[in-house]
Amino acid sequence: MDFQLTEDQEALRSGTRELLAGRFPRERLRAAADGAGPVVDRGLWRELGAAGFFGLRLPEDEGGVGLGLPEAVLVFEDAGRVLLPGPLVATHLAAGLVEGAASGERIVGMCDAGAKDQLWEHPADCDELIFLGDGGPYGVDASSPAVTTIRSVDPLTPLARVVVPEEGRPLGGDASRLRAEAALLTAAEQLGSAARTVEMAVSYAKERTQFDRPIGSFQAVKHLCAQMLVRAELARSAVYAAAVTREPGDVAAAKLLADEAAVHNARDCLQVHGGMGFTWEADVHLHLKRAWLRERRWQSTAAGEEALAEELLSEGNVAL
Amino acid sequence: MDLSCTEEEEDFRRKLRDWLGTALAELPPKPAATDWPGRRAYDCAWQRALYDAGYAGLHWPRDAGGQGATPTQHLIFLEETERAGAPYVGANFVGTLHAGPTIAAEGTPEQRARWLPPILRGDEVWCQGFSEPDAGSDLAALRTRAVRDGDSYVVSGSKIWTSHAEIADWCELLVRTDPSAPKHRGISWLALPMDAPGVTVRPLRTLAGSAEFAEVFLDEVRVPVSHRIGAENDGWRVTMVTLSFERGTAFVGEVVACSRVLGELARTARANGLWDDAVLRRRLGRLSAEFRALWRLTQWNVSEAQRSLRDGGSGVPGVGGSVFKLRYSQARQELYDAAAEVLGEGALDVDHEWVADRLSSLSYTIAAGTSQIQANIVAERILGLPKGW
Repeated sequence: MDFQLTEDQEALRSGTRELLAGRFPRERLRAAADGAGPVVDRGLWRELGAAGFFGLRLPEDEGGVGLGLPEAVLVFEDAGRVLLPGPLVATHLAAGLVEGAASGERIVGMCDAGAKDQLWEHPADCDELIFLGDGGPYGVDASSPAVTTIRSVDPLTPLARVVVPEEGRPLGGDASRLRAEAALLTAAEQLGSAARTVEMAVSYAKERTQFDRPIGSFQAVKHLCAQMLVRAELARSAVYAAAVTREPGDVAAAKLLADEAAVHNARDCLQVHGGMGFTWEADVHLHLKRAWLRERRWQSTAAGEEALAEELLSEGNVAL
Repeated sequence: MDLSCTEEEEDFRRKLRDWLGTALAELPPKPAATDWPGRRAYDCAWQRALYDAGYAGLHWPRDAGGQGATPTQHLIFLEETERAGAPYVGANFVGTLHAGPTIAAEGTPEQRARWLPPILRGDEVWCQGFSEPDAGSDLAALRTRAVRDGDSYVVSGSKIWTSHAEIADWCELLVRTDPSAPKHRGISWLALPMDAPGVTVRPLRTLAGSAEFAEVFLDEVRVPVSHRIGAENDGWRVTMVTLSFERGTAFVGEVVACSRVLGELARTARANGLWDDAVLRRRLGRLSAEFRALWRLTQWNVSEAQRSLRDGGSGVPGVGGSVFKLRYSQARQELYDAAAEVLGEGALDVDHEWVADRLSSLSYTIAAGTSQIQANIVAERILGLPKGW
C-alpha cells in the first residue's frame, strides 16, 4: 500500500497549477465575475484541450494522454481551486463520445435524463448537449431543446432548465459509469475549492490585525481554521480513495464529504473575513456560490446519504 | 495512489489470519469488567500469545526486540485482529504504545534490556503518570517534585487519570526536577515501580460507573536515578515522542469496530421499524461516509509514515494524527448518539453495550489532548497561525 501521490502525479499537479496560474490568473476570474470578460473563453478552452485537460483519460492512439481517474481527480481539484468556469466535467466526459470535445474545439454540456426537465450549466456556450438516459447517453445539438433560463446564484455558472428530449443521437458509453465519474470529478472540484478557502482564511487571519494582534492568534478564529483543514483533509482522503477503487459507496462518500467541505469551508472563510467577506470584491462568495451549485449536481446530499444507508443493510457489508 | 497490498503484505495478512483462527479458539473466557486482576491476567495472556507467535512489538524496531514491521503491516495487524474479534491491547496499552516505544527511542542499552522484554512478553504492566489535578491541558505546568538525594530522586506529588494504576507494575512518570527553569525545561521522565513505599492508588469512578482511572499519590517515594529515561530536565521532549505514537495508530481498530457497529445499527433499525424514518436513515448514511473517510485518512497517514521511514525519516506519526483525532472523536460520539436513537427507550438501559459505549465515548473529545488543544495544534503547527489565546 502506498496511498500517496506518485512522483508523476506530483509533477502533473505542479504542471496543472502552473498552466492554470498562467492561463487563468485571478484577473480573468475577476473580469468574468465583474462582467468585464467572458465566462467561458473559447481560446482558453482550446488551450485546455491542447494541454490534455479533456482528453486526459483517452488512450494515446486516440489523441489522449492515456492517464487514469486518479490523475483526472488531481487536475479537476486544481480547476476547483481557481474556480475555472465552464462545463469542464461534461466536456471531459464527452471526450471520446463527441467529436472535437477532447481537443477543446467543441464545448459539451451534460444532463441526467432522469426527470422531465433538468438543470443545464452554461447553456449559451455549449455546442452539444448530452443526456444520460437509462438506455445510454444520447446527444442533441445545443440549439434544439426548449430551455427556460434562470438567473443563476453563481455569477460564473449560467443556468437554464432544459426539457429533456426523448431521443437524440446515440453516443455509446455507459450512463451509470458517466454519472459516477461526473459525481467524483465534481467532488474533486469541491475539494480544490475547500482547500483553497482554508488558505484564504489562514492568510487573512495572519495579516488582519485587531486589538493590536493578528486575528489568527485568537482561538475563536484559529479553531474555525483548524476545522476547515480537517474537513478538507477528510474529503481529500475520500475523493482520492474513490478515484482508486471506483466503488459506488466510496464515490457517494467522496461527493458527500467534498460537498460538505466546500460549502462549510467557504462559509467559515467568509466568517473569518468579517465584513470584507460580505463584499462582491472578495473572492469568498464566488467559492461559496459555486460550492452551492456543485452540491446540487450529480449527487444531492439526500441521495448520497440514502445510497450509503442502503449499502449498510447489504449482507456481509464491510462499510470500510 | 495505491491502495492495494503488495504480495508480501498479503502474505503477512494470510499468515496472521491463520494464526488468529487457532489462537482465538484457545482464549479463556473473558473476565468481568470489574475484575481487574482477572482482566490483567487475560490481557497479559494475550500479549504472551502474541509474543510467542512473533507479533509482539510489531512496529517496534528490531534492536528493541520488536518485529520491525512496516507501518502498513502494523495497520493490517490492527485491522485483522479487530475484524477477528481478538482481545484489545487493554492493560498493555501504555507499555506497548507509550512507555515501550519511548524507552526504545530514548533509553540506554541497559534500560532497554531491563524494561522492554517484560513488556513484550506481557510480564509487566505499565501505567501513565502525566496529568495532575492542576496540570491537564497545560501538562507542562505539572508540579510533582523530584529532588535528587544521592543515587535516588525523592518524589512527592499526585497524578490523576492514571489508567490501570491498580494493576500496573510500572508507571511512566513525569516529574519536575528543576523548578527554577522555564516550565518545559525542568521536567524529567522516570520509571516508577508501583510497589515502592509511599505510592498510594485511589480508584476514580468515571461517569460510566467504572473504575478504570485512578489517582496516584506520591509521598517521598525514592526512585533510583538509573530509572530516568533521557537526560535530566529533557523529559518534555522525551514525552512528545510518546504522545506522537499515541495519536498515530491508537484508533485503527476502533474505526473498524465503529464501522461494524454502524452496520448493526442499520440492521437493528430495519428490524424495529425505525428504518422508515428518513431522518435516521440519512444520519446513518452520513456516518457511513465519515467512517469510510476516516479509514482512508488512516491509510493516507500510514502511507506517509511509511514513506518517511523509507526516506530515512523517523516514521513517528506527525501532526496529521491531530486532524484524524479531531474528527474521529466527534464521529464516535455521533455514532453512539445515533445508536441511542435506534434503541429508543432501550437507550436508558445502561447494561446495553451501546449505552455503555455511548457513555465512554464522552471521554474521546477530552482524553489524550482535548479537541480544543488538538485544534490549537492543527492551527499553529500545520497552518502556521500565531500562538495566542
